[in-house]
Amino acid sequence: MRVILGLAVLILGSTGGEIAITYGMKSVGEPPRLRPRAVLEFLGRAVRNGWFWAGIPLMAVSFYALLVLLSWEPVSLVIPSSALSYVVGTLGAKYILREDVSVARWIGVVLVCAGVVLVAAG
Amino acid sequence: MASESRLRIKTLVMVLAIVLCANAGDLLLKKGMAKIGPVALTPQGIAHAFRLTVVSGTIWLAIVFLIGFMACYMTVLSWADYSYVMPAGAFGYAVLTLLAVVFLRESVSPRRWVGVVLICVGVLLVGQTKPRTTPEPTEAVARCA
Repeated sequence: MRVILGLAVLILGSTGGEIAITYGMKSVGEPPRLRPRAVLEFLGRAVRNGWFWAGIPLMAVSFYALLVLLSWEPVSLVIPSSALSYVVGTLGAKYILREDVSVARWIGVVLVCAGVVLVAAG
Repeated sequence: MASESRLRIKTLVMVLAIVLCANAGDLLLKKGMAKIGPVALTPQGIAHAFRLTVVSGTIWLAIVFLIGFMACYMTVLSWADYSYVMPAGAFGYAVLTLLAVVFLRESVSPRRWVGVVLICVGVLLVGQTKPRTTPEPTEAVARCA
């Protein structure tokens, strides 16, 4: 039970954090050019965005959950299980960020998720 | 159409930078921590390890790469879909496996090879889709400016 709870915190924390950061970065708007100065100016605006600071603690909580999980269970169980975050992240992208996730993208995400499980399990 | 291919190219460049920075950062962190050795989980042990990490050049280089990773990730998410970039980042697992075989001559299990193939096919499938499917709020701003 505690492992499932830990995994839920790990997965929801990391995807929630990344979704918050994505929302923030979209509202900041892309840098006009990919030159160092324009990118630095973009990053300066980005770290003053509230969604960025909502995302960072969520990712920190997720990282802490990973450390706790690794102290309970072997790596070969924890890392493959965390691959579920690809599917959860895509659901978040579709329903929270309103991204248009096509069938091809869904199949790709599921293949990536299965592939990461196999690679991480050795 | 030209802007579509430009979008694809700059997203691809950023995804490659993300994979490079994340893997270089992780490997350097691992190397730096291996040099420091096992950390005793006592207040004194952790404090001692902390002092050693602060003066380690390898750890600082790892931190530079990890900051680079975060900066690239934030930048690409300012225009590309999260559901496009996130699975593409898994390409790093495939690259690491290939590097382990070529440079470290590690033997890789058939199960892991199947995983690498699935990741590559999955990333290619996601890569075929449009990098951005949400409206661009910056267009209106750009027109005003």
